[in-house]
Amino acid sequence: MFPRTDDLLRALPELIWCGFAMLAMLLQPFVRSRHFFTVLALLGALGGTGAAFVAGATPGEGFYGLIQSDVFSFFFRLLIGLVAVLVVLAADSYLEREKLPFAEFYALLLFATAGMGVLASARELLTAFIGLELSSISSYILAGFRRDSTKSSEASLKYFLLGSFATAFFLYGIALVYGATGTTNLGRMDDADPNSNLLKLGLSLILIGLGFKVAAAPFQIWTPDVYEGAPTPVTALFSAGPKAAAFALLLRIFASVPAATHFWFWAFWVLAALTMFAGNLGALLQTNVKRLLAYSSIAHAGYILVAFAAVTFMANDLNGGATPAYAAVLFYLLSYALVKIGAFTIVSEIGGWGEKNLTLDDYAGLAQRQPVAAAALSLYLLSLLGLPVTAGFFGKFYIFKAAVNSHLIWLAVLMAVNSIIGAYYYLRVIVVMYMREASAEAMAAAPVRFPVAVNVVLAVTAIGTVYFGLFPNQVLNFILQPNLIAR
Amino acid sequence: MGSLFQGGHLLSILIFFPAVGSLALLLLRGDDHVFIRRIALIVSVAEFLFSLLLLRGASLASGDYRLVEYGQWITAPPIHYHLGVDGISLFLVILTTFLTPISVIASWSSINHRIKEFFVMLLMLEVGVIGVFLSLDLFLFFLFWEVMLIPMAMLIGIWGHERRIYAAVKFVLYTMAGSILMLVGIIWLYNATGTFDLPTIQQMIQTGTLVIEPRAEMLLFLAFFVAFAVKVPLFPLHTWLPDAHVEAPTAGSVMLAGVLLKMGTYGMIRFCLPLFPEAARRAAPWVAVLAIIGIIYGALVALVQPNLKKLVAYSSVSHLGFVVLGIFAFRSISMQGAVYQMLAHGISTGALFLLVGMLYDRRHTFEISEYGGLATPMPKLAAFFLIAALASMGLPMLNGFVGEFLVLLGTYQSHGTWASWAALGVILSACYLLWSYQRVFFGEVTREKNKTLADASAREKFILVTMSIVMLWMGIGSTYFTRRTAAASQAVIDQVEPQRPYEARVPAAGGIRADVHAADSTNDLRDAKQIPAAVDVNR
Repeated sequence: MFPRTDDLLRALPELIWCGFAMLAMLLQPFVRSRHFFTVLALLGALGGTGAAFVAGATPGEGFYGLIQSDVFSFFFRLLIGLVAVLVVLAADSYLEREKLPFAEFYALLLFATAGMGVLASARELLTAFIGLELSSISSYILAGFRRDSTKSSEASLKYFLLGSFATAFFLYGIALVYGATGTTNLGRMDDADPNSNLLKLGLSLILIGLGFKVAAAPFQIWTPDVYEGAPTPVTALFSAGPKAAAFALLLRIFASVPAATHFWFWAFWVLAALTMFAGNLGALLQTNVKRLLAYSSIAHAGYILVAFAAVTFMANDLNGGATPAYAAVLFYLLSYALVKIGAFTIVSEIGGWGEKNLTLDDYAGLAQRQPVAAAALSLYLLSLLGLPVTAGFFGKFYIFKAAVNSHLIWLAVLMAVNSIIGAYYYLRVIVVMYMREASAEAMAAAPVRFPVAVNVVLAVTAIGTVYFGLFPNQVLNFILQPNLIAR
Repeated sequence: MGSLFQGGHLLSILIFFPAVGSLALLLLRGDDHVFIRRIALIVSVAEFLFSLLLLRGASLASGDYRLVEYGQWITAPPIHYHLGVDGISLFLVILTTFLTPISVIASWSSINHRIKEFFVMLLMLEVGVIGVFLSLDLFLFFLFWEVMLIPMAMLIGIWGHERRIYAAVKFVLYTMAGSILMLVGIIWLYNATGTFDLPTIQQMIQTGTLVIEPRAEMLLFLAFFVAFAVKVPLFPLHTWLPDAHVEAPTAGSVMLAGVLLKMGTYGMIRFCLPLFPEAARRAAPWVAVLAIIGIIYGALVALVQPNLKKLVAYSSVSHLGFVVLGIFAFRSISMQGAVYQMLAHGISTGALFLLVGMLYDRRHTFEISEYGGLATPMPKLAAFFLIAALASMGLPMLNGFVGEFLVLLGTYQSHGTWASWAALGVILSACYLLWSYQRVFFGEVTREKNKTLADASAREKFILVTMSIVMLWMGIGSTYFTRRTAAASQAVIDQVEPQRPYEARVPAAGGIRADVHAADSTNDLRDAKQIPAAVDVNR
C-alpha cells in the first residue's frame, strides 16, 4: 500500500534530510571535491528546512497518527533545520583543518537531523523511539569522529554506553505505558486512568530516558566529557539540536497526554532545581572553555525544566493557561540554540588545529587580537547570562513569567540565585578576553582568519540574538497560538 | 512600529543620541586618538545641550510626567516604550549629561590605551543611565538598569588600577544579585495588574483598584528595595563600592559616584514608595536605622582611611545615607532635600574624584602618607580641592549644605532622634575632610618628589572652574532647582501619605513594628544580627 501524498508532505523535511544523507554516501566514492559535499549538505539542510513550510501548510495526522504536522512540529523542524544549516557551515573549515572525511560527516549530520525531526513531530511513541535511535546512533559516531584523538573516542564510547542505557529506559517506559493504556499513540490515551501506577512508572521511565538526552541532573554526568571530546562543530550540534528535539517530545507528552498531570509537577520541580545547581556549580571551576559551555548547557536545561514545572502545574487547565509556559520553552530553545552554535563555532575556530587552544588562558587578550570574535563571543555569553537586548534575556524573562504565573515563586527564586552563579563564570570568560593581557607568543601569532562560512554563522547567530532580543513579537505571537500542539 | 512615537521625540533623542555617537566611534579607525577624543567630546557636549531643552518642557506646577512618549513595543506581554520626565528625573538627566563631557575631558590624557573602546563604553553608559531615569515602564526600566552594567564593568575592568578585575566582577555580581529579584518582583506585579506601565499601576493603587495583601506587599517592596539598596549603597550592602571606586579610572569614579549611585535612590523614590506605600511606611524605621548606621559608619571609616580615594568613596556611603534618610522620613521637605542632595553629591563628590584623579596622574598613588604640603607646589589645585571639600562637608553657600539641611530639617519634624543621630554625620564629615585636607596640602612638603609637581593645567582648570561654579550656584541659587523639584516630590509624598499626616500614626508605632518583625522573619533578606541593634539605636 502506497502512502497518500499528504502523508508524504507531512514528513517531507525528514525525507529530504534522509535523502540527501544517502545521496552523500552514494556519491562519496565518485566525487573527489571535498567542498562539493559541503554544498550538497547545505542544500539538503536548507531543502529540509524549506520543506518544513510545505509540511506546515499541510496540517494534520500523517501515516495514520504516527506523526503530527502542526505549528509545534513546524517550529521545531525550522529550528532543527536552522541548526543543521549552521553546523554544516561551521564544520567545513573544521573538517578541512583536521583532515577528516567530509561525506560521512555530513551524511551522519543529516541523519541525526532527520532523527530529531521525527522526534519533534512524532505522535506515537515507537515512532519517537525510531527518531531517538536515528539521532542517537548518528550522534555516537559523530562524537568519535576524530578517530586519532583518544578524547574523542572516549567521548563516543561513553556517550554510546550511557546513551544505550537511556534508550533502554525509554523503550521500557513505552512498553509499560502500552501495558497501562493499550496504545502507544499519544492522541488516544484520553481514557487512560491517570492514577494507574503502571502508567506512572512508564512515564517516569520515559522521563528518565529523555532526561538523559537533555542532560538533566542526575542524568547529566556524561555531558562535560562528551562535549569536550566531540569535534567542536558536533558539540555545537549536540548542545542545540538533540536537546531541542528531546524537549519537544517531552513537551508533547506532558502537554498532550491527559494522564500526565499535576502528579509530575514535583518531579519536574526537583529535576529543574537539581539540574540548575549541577550545571552552574560544576561550571564555576572549569578552565576549559568547552567544558565550561557544557556545564552551562546543563544549567540551561535546568532553566527550561523550570518552565516544564510550570507546564505540569497547569496541565489540566484547558483554557490555554499553560500556553505561555509552552511559549517560554520554545522561545528559550530558539534563543539558546542560536547562542550555543555561535559560541561553539568561535571555540572551534580559536581552538585551531587539533583543538589545542581550549583553555581560558588561550582567550586572554582576545579582544585586542581579534576584536570581532571577542565581541561576538561576549554577546553570546551575555545572552546565556540573560542580559537585556539579547534573546536570552527574553527567554529567561518568559520562563520567570511562566514560573511566577504558576505560583512557583521559590523555583523562580532558585533560578534567580542560579543566574547569579552563572553570571560569575560567564563574566570570567569576558573578563579574560577583555581585561587580561595576551601572552607574548599569542600576541606574536597572526590572528586566526575566519573563513566566510564561519562568518556567516556568526553573523546569523549574532544578528538573530540581538533581533529576537529587541523584537521578539513575531516569534512570540506565532508560538502563543492556542492550537500550538494539536490534540 | 507606526505608533512608536507620539508627540515629541526629545527623550528618545536623549537616550539614543549617545548610542549613535558610540556606534560612530566604533566604526572609526582606532589609531587617530585626537580625533576620537574630539568626537566623543562633541557628542557628549551636544547631548548636554539637548538635555537643557528639558528645562523648557518640564512643568513647575504639577508633578505630572512631561514630554511623554508612548508606543507599543512587545504585544505579549504588553510592554510599552513609555518615557517621561518629571521634576525628580529632570535634573538627574542633566547631571548625567553634564558629568559625561566632564569625564571625557578628564580622561583626555590620563587614558592612553584602547582609547576608542573607552569612549564607546562611556557613551554607552550614558545611554543606560539616561534610559533608567526616563523609563516609565517597569520592563523598560529594568532593561536599561541591566544594560548599563556592562559598560561600567568594562570601564573599571579594563582601564582601572591593580585589582580592577576583582572590583569589576564584584560590582556586576552585587548589582545583578539585587536586580534579578527585582525582575521576579516586576513579573509578580505584572501578574497582579496585567501591565508593566508605572503610571497605570500607580493609579490602580491610588484608586484602590489594586490591593496587595500586606505580606506580599512587603516581599515585593523588599524585592525592589534590595536592588536599589545595593546600588545606593545602603549599609550593609555597600562593600562593593570602595573596591569599585578605588580601582576605577577617574572618569569611571565620577560617573559611578555622580550618577550611578543615584539610580538606587531614584528607584526608591520612583518605585518603592509609590508602588508599595504601606510596606514603605512599615519598613521606614528599619531603613532609617540602616541609613543612619551608613551615615556614621561611612564617616568613621573615612576618618581612618589611609587611601585618599577610598576616603572619598566612604564619604559617598555617608552622604547617600542622608538621601535615603530623607526619602524615608516621608516629609515633603526632606524628600526635596534628598533630591537636592543627590544632585549636590553628584557634583561635589564628582569634583573630589576628579581632584584625586589629578593627584594620581602626577604621583600614581592614592596614599595620603605619600602626599603632604602640596599647597606649596600646587596652590591652585589646593584651592579647588578646598572648595570641593567644603562643599562636600556641607558649608553654607555651597551645594552640600542645602541638601543636608533640608533632609535634617524634614527628618527632625517627624523623628527628632533620627535627625540627631544623622547630624553626627555632618560633624564627622567636617572632621575627615578637613583632616585629610590638612595632611595632603598643608605643612612642609614631606616627599622630595612632591616639590616639583605641576599645578593645574589649563584643561584641568577648565574642569575645576566649571565644577566650582556649579557648586557655588547650587549653594546660592538653590531655589532654581527646588522650584522645579517641589511638585514632583510632593506628589510622591502624597502617594505614600494619602490621608493624614504622619504624626497621627505614631501611637500605633509599636504595633506596626511588631508586624514588620513578623513579615521580616519569614524572609531574612537582611542581616539578622543587625536588626536588634538597630532598634536600640532608634529608641
